[in-house]
Order: sequence, then structure tokens, then C-alpha cells
Amino acid sequence: MDEMLREYLPLLIFLVIAVGLGLVLMLSAFLIAVRNPDPEKLSAYECGFNAFDDARMKFDVRFYLVAILFIIFDLEIAFLFPWAVAFKDISDTGFWSMMLFLAVLTIGFAYEWKKGALEWQ
Amino acid sequence: MVPADLSIILPEILLSVFAMLALLGAVYGRKDRIATSLIWVTAAIFIIAALSLMRSANGTEIGFNGMFINDGFARFAKVVVLFSAAAVLVISPDYLAERKILKFEYPVLITLSVVGMMMMISAGDLMLLYMGLELQSLCLYIIASMRRDSLKSTEAGLKYFVLGALSSGLLLYGASLIYGYAGTTSFLGIFAAAGQDHADIGLLLGLVLMLAGMAFKVSAVPFHMWTPDVYEGAPTPVTAFFATAPKVAAMALFARVLHDAFGGIVGDWQQVVALISLLSMYLGAIAAIGQTNIKRLMAYSSIAHMGYALMGLAAGTSLGIEALLTYMAIYVTMNVGTFAFILTMQKDGQPVTDISTLNMLSRSEPGKALAMLVLLFSLAGVPPTLGFFAKWSVWNAALDADLVWLVVASAIASAIGAYYYLRIVYLMYFGEEPQEALVCRPSVVLSGVLTVSSVAMILGMINLLGLEGAAEAAAATLVR
Repeated sequence: MDEMLREYLPLLIFLVIAVGLGLVLMLSAFLIAVRNPDPEKLSAYECGFNAFDDARMKFDVRFYLVAILFIIFDLEIAFLFPWAVAFKDISDTGFWSMMLFLAVLTIGFAYEWKKGALEWQ
Repeated sequence: MVPADLSIILPEILLSVFAMLALLGAVYGRKDRIATSLIWVTAAIFIIAALSLMRSANGTEIGFNGMFINDGFARFAKVVVLFSAAAVLVISPDYLAERKILKFEYPVLITLSVVGMMMMISAGDLMLLYMGLELQSLCLYIIASMRRDSLKSTEAGLKYFVLGALSSGLLLYGASLIYGYAGTTSFLGIFAAAGQDHADIGLLLGLVLMLAGMAFKVSAVPFHMWTPDVYEGAPTPVTAFFATAPKVAAMALFARVLHDAFGGIVGDWQQVVALISLLSMYLGAIAAIGQTNIKRLMAYSSIAHMGYALMGLAAGTSLGIEALLTYMAIYVTMNVGTFAFILTMQKDGQPVTDISTLNMLSRSEPGKALAMLVLLFSLAGVPPTLGFFAKWSVWNAALDADLVWLVVASAIASAIGAYYYLRIVYLMYFGEEPQEALVCRPSVVLSGVLTVSSVAMILGMINLLGLEGAAEAAAATLVR
């Protein structure tokens, strides 16, 4: 057990440093920063203009659809990269598994295309 | 090696290929106009798959280096899942068409979720477990919010999704701890690492987190909060589906993980399972009393039923698994019938779910009232019906494992729970005179499913319809 835990020691050190550094940077801003607030400083910075309206505005749902469809293909790339890098070492099974994966993905793509999800009307 | 592996998962492969072909065929073909026929074809395919699983060779097949286990236990659970999914599919089209949500994606999503459930049931590895679980859940999230223009349906979908993601997170965290301490994700390896008496604290932590994640999926207390809202908000056929097949699959997964991976340390999980079983029975029985919506009532009823089924699991024996499987099969039959009845409830051509509309149903619809009476007696566990034998078998298993306190507590809970089932019977036969009687939707399929299910509750007295022998054989393959 000790042997195994020792293998994870670098991770523990990393976590301690990451958490510690994060805390130090945030806390130091509270502790040592010069603070001299006035209403101008506390208002939202809006690039020279006064704010026109509320930042919480309605947002076209089609943006979400496009974003989600993008994520699917983004993830596919995340699978393809390690597969491509290790291409020399993988067997036939590995090759055909990926082909199968791409085929299934293509079916999904054909569906969304025909369904009109890619059109912006 | 690979062709042999593939032949083991042939039913799953065929079902997923069917789902993909149906998706493409429908979207490039006549779209939603073929939805009804697609639903019937899917149901027929489920039944064929179930029948071929029943007839296939006995014995245990293990594929993909122990990741996929096809044993008697898995076959039993898969057959129950397939039959209940087929029954739910055939009772759906009328209601969906009326609400204008009869889409061809519905049978496709159900097929994919059934594939996920079959994967869960056969999982021999934490990775396959998670994959099956997610495949199933993602499909369920979508069909919960299928009625997009209804606030309640979208709320149900969102709530189910957010809480489902949380439970998946718990489960994954548990799985990662188990992997960290056991050094493997395969159930056989975990079994060896867990040892025979008491496991490491890290492994236990992982086990408890996984228990929490799975308790969420079977909606056992204290992870039940999503159930009433999701049941109420989702379209009724979808609720019927939620109450049946996924529950069986999650229960089978529960049993699979606890026995295949942690079968050596029964003492460590027995108390936890007994506790969530006890809490579920009482919460289900007490919280259902004040309900006025029959779908919410069925949600609490299913929480209580999961409590009884978990009692079989808490026994930690082969007898307990046999009782669990028997209970789930009977529970599914009762629920499909009850939901077929709920789907017929309508007033002025609109579906209704208020319990008060059932007043004096015995006069306007004597046949349906009688069938419902049988089903409600069975849900309550009144002796001559099949529901009583389901409870009897879990009590028997729990007594055998010396859990006397749990049996006594559950008998009290079932007496409390009987009140709300019998209240509906009272309303139907001796209730107030309604201003306008409920007129049931005339539908041959719904009446047929209702009749078959209620007749099964009575005929079950004879030999439990052969269920017990099948469940015993199935349980023997899981608990060694």
C-alpha cells in the first residue's frame, strides 16, 4: 500500500502547490492591495459608454444547437488523435473499431443534416 | 477471438443496427407519418429478441476479456426488460398522437435505451457499466422532455438530466476510488482485491459512492427526490416506460455489482442496502397518502416497491436474488397494466390524471374498474393476487438471512401503503357522485394490456406462472 501511495506523491505535491498558489494569489489581492473605492470605480466598466441595457438579454436558441453540434465533432477529434498517433501499434480490431465509430457518427450527421439542424432559417 | 465476442453481443448489435437504420430510413423517408408502424415493428423486434434469448443456450458466456457477461441472470433480466419495453411501446401511440408528439424518434430512442439497459445488465467491468448506464440515461432524458412546448415536460427533462448527471458523478467518483484501490476495473479483479472479510477503507468509500449512484437510478430513498416531478411532468407513456424497464435494468445492475464485484464482503454493504430499503418503503407508503395526481401516486408507489425489491438484495443470498428477480418481474407486469389504465383516463377528450375523476368509475366503466381493482389489490399486496406472492418471496429471503427486523418493518409499511391503493378502490366503487363521469378512451390495445395484466395477477396464484423456477435458475448463476 505504501509503495502504491508513494507513486502518487508527485500528484499530491502538485495539488498542494496548485491549491496553495491559487489561495496565495487570491488572498494577497485582498490583503495587500491598496483600496480606495468611489462610485465611479465600483460601477461596471463599459468601454467609455454608460451601460445601454441589462447584460442578461435573450439569446437565440439556434446558437446552442450549433454549439452542441460542434462539440460532437470536437469530441470525435479527441478520440481520433490518440488513435492516429498510435496507428502503427494498433491491430486490425483497433482500425475497424474506429471505422465503426466514424460510421455511427456519420449516421448521426446524416440525420441532423436531413432534419435541418444545420440550416439557419 | 473477436468474432466469438461479437456473437455474444449479437442481440445488442442487431438492436443498435435496427435503431440506426430506422433513424435513417424514417428521416429520409416519410418521417413522423411512419411513427406508429415503426413503434409496432420495434415492439415486435423486442419480443422476437426476448423469445430468442429465452430459447438460447443456457450457461455462462463471457466476452471481451470479462467485460461482458451473458449468464442466466442477465438473460432473465433482459427478457423482462424487452417484454416491458415492448408493452410500453404498444400502449403509447394513441396518447402521443393526441398530444401531437408522435415522433419517429420515440421508438428509436427507446431501442437505444434498451440497448443501454442490456449492456448494464451484462456488465462485467466498471467501464461497460458506465457506458450502458449513460446510453440508457441520455435517451431517457430526451424522451422525458419530448413534449417540448409543455413547461412541466421540459422541467421534468431538465430536472432528470441535472440530477442524473449528479448521480453519474457520484458513481464515477466511486468507480475511480475502486479502481485506485483495487487496481482494476473488472468485477473479477475487484472481487479478488476486496478479499473475504473487511475491505480497505478506500474501497469501502468507493463502494458507498457507487451505491449512492445506483440508488439514484432505482429511485431509492434518500435519492428519490426527482421521481415524483419527473413522473408527473413526462408524457404518460414515457412515465410508464420510466416505471418499468429502466428500474429492472438498474436493479439488475445493482445486484450484479454487489454480487460479482463485492460478493466477498456482503457484511459491508448489507446494512446500507437494508437501510435504503427500509427508508424507501416508509417514504413511499407515507408520502403517497396525500397525492391527488395518479402519476405522482405511482411515483411514490414505485419508490415503495423499490424498497421491497431491495430487501431481496439486502438478504445477500441466492434466495434473495431469486426474490428480487421475481419481485421485479411481477412489479413490471402490475405497472404496465396500471399505466395502460391511466392512459385510458380522459375527460372531454383530454387526458386527465386527477384521482378525483375516478369517482364512481364502477358505474360508467365496470370492466375497467374491476381490472383496476385487481391491479390495485396486487400493488397493495393483498393475498390472493400476484403482488402478495412478490412480497412473500422477499420476506422469505430476508427471514432466511436473519433480517427479522426488516421483515417486521416492511409488513407495517405495506399495511400503511395499502391505504392509498384501497382509497382509489373506495372512490371507484363507493365514491361521491361525479358531475360528469370519466369516459375511458376506447382502445383495443389499452384494454387488452390492462386485461392481460390483471388476469395475470389472479392466475399467478397457480405456480406463479412458472416464474419462480426461472428466477431460481437465474439467481444461481449470479451468486456462487
